Amino acid sequence: MIALIPLSAVVLKSTDRGWDSFWNAVSSPQAWAALRLTLIASVVVVIVNAIVGTVIAWVLVRDEFRGKSVMNSIIDLPFALPTIVAGLTLLALYGPRGPFGLDVAYTRFAVVLALLFVTLPFVVRAVQPVLLELDQEVEQAAESLGASKWVTFRRIILPALYPAIIAGSGLAFARAVGEFGSLVLITGNLPFKTEAASVFIFSQVESDNVTGAAAVSVVLLLIAFVVLLGFGWLSRKVVRDEG
Amino acid sequence: MGIVVENVGKKYGDFVALDDVSLNVRDGSLTALLGPSGGGKSTLLRVIAGLEEPDTGTVVIDGEDATGVPARKRGVGFVFQHYAPFKHMTVRDNVAFGLKIRKREKAEIDERVRELLELVHLEGFAHRYPSQLSGGQRQRMALARALAVKPKVLLLDEPFGALDATVRKELRAWLRRLHDEMNVTTVFVTHDQEEAMEVAEQIVVLNHGAIEQVGAPQDLYDRPANDFVMHFIGPVAPLGKRWLRPHDLDILLEPEPGASEATVQHVLHLGFEVRVEVKVEGGEETWVQTTRDRARELELADGQQVWLRPAHDPVLEPEAAA
Repeated sequence: MIALIPLSAVVLKSTDRGWDSFWNAVSSPQAWAALRLTLIASVVVVIVNAIVGTVIAWVLVRDEFRGKSVMNSIIDLPFALPTIVAGLTLLALYGPRGPFGLDVAYTRFAVVLALLFVTLPFVVRAVQPVLLELDQEVEQAAESLGASKWVTFRRIILPALYPAIIAGSGLAFARAVGEFGSLVLITGNLPFKTEAASVFIFSQVESDNVTGAAAVSVVLLLIAFVVLLGFGWLSRKVVRDEG
Repeated sequence: MGIVVENVGKKYGDFVALDDVSLNVRDGSLTALLGPSGGGKSTLLRVIAGLEEPDTGTVVIDGEDATGVPARKRGVGFVFQHYAPFKHMTVRDNVAFGLKIRKREKAEIDERVRELLELVHLEGFAHRYPSQLSGGQRQRMALARALAVKPKVLLLDEPFGALDATVRKELRAWLRRLHDEMNVTTVFVTHDQEEAMEVAEQIVVLNHGAIEQVGAPQDLYDRPANDFVMHFIGPVAPLGKRWLRPHDLDILLEPEPGASEATVQHVLHLGFEVRVEVKVEGGEETWVQTTRDRARELELADGQQVWLRPAHDPVLEPEAAA
């Protein structure tokens, strides 16, 4: 109920001037470009997250190094920061006056970067406990049967991690699709170029086009819903296929 | 041939897990590593498997120096205490794993897996997942998985440790038969002396990281090398300054030179076996194991006056090793 009531309100709002205006709002080139950017950037972010997040979780669980506990805490930082602060930080680091001489502000890359930053913890935190729980004897069993480290990883460890990776990726995707705060500053919100769907919605609200904003919101909502369903299906399939 | 372990030492920090251990395991034999937990038996098994690297010493398997050879190249089958099943694979895929990564022909793999599942009586379970098996079935699956790659030696770590008593008994007899059929050099770890006596041809008693004695089950029971083995390998009863097996004490109703006077404290009837708890003159408490018929013949009752005599020469003077 808590989730459904506001959601249905958005759906109602989006169609209160009829389906034509709904369709017009959604199919306007600017809205379409914003949706496409959000979708593509989110997919990229999820793929990078699934891989890098798993690697980070692996390093945090299996490797011993100085500052491990500090690094472990740093992973959660994107969760703790207000996203606008994340955006500010990214702008300071990778903006026009960043210390690395790397200026990505107002590019599509900045969109991906910001989304990567705020979604980093999802996969890491999903995979980490599973990796901790993995029975090392299982790996030794594979080894004694003649498996190399790589074969053991690919055929024994990774299949055990799939459900966690998928679950973490699903959350990361949902977050990326809806992300707003970290994008506003660093992307410059250039229509047709770096304006993400969430920012587009905000600008529509500001220019008093609430119906248009709601329409795009509904599409965003649908995408998120379908993708989450997809992730759910995938994780059930993995569990079924792999035991 | 078989396994030759020479001067193997292994420390974890200050803890000495193995202290200069040397051991010969004959080709095709069935050997038990027996000892209390922390005695080093599992460590020794893992050193043989290559899952643990010894600080010193060498391991020779089947005539080849295996020291420093990684586990995956040793040709060793290892069965873990908790079976370490690949949970995301069916029984069939678990057993086929070693063959698959060796890139064997599918037909060959199918045939071998079928053979093995038959051998371990899991024919009907090929498409189940480990979570759908009982403990004993998982154990047998792990065994089939280890045997699939035709290992030169088979190593089992507490193979029956996690099973309930009935299944345990069944699997012991089955493992012995299996070994007779397969004829692969087998070493298993156990802390249960009865299990070791029942299954193994040769028992290696390990304590504090060192070998106390190696021998056939009967040898260890009748001629323990020291106090520790005497106590670990079977029941003991004190008499005077000696340790005896409690069934090596004769109960007499009349005094006799060399016999000690004692009072019956309690008679316990355990079916065929009767346990007689006695207090020897001077206050020492000991017990005698006898048969139901013998106890009936003596008409033993609580509080009765009896005399105790060793049935034959003691196996061990307590001062020898204590």
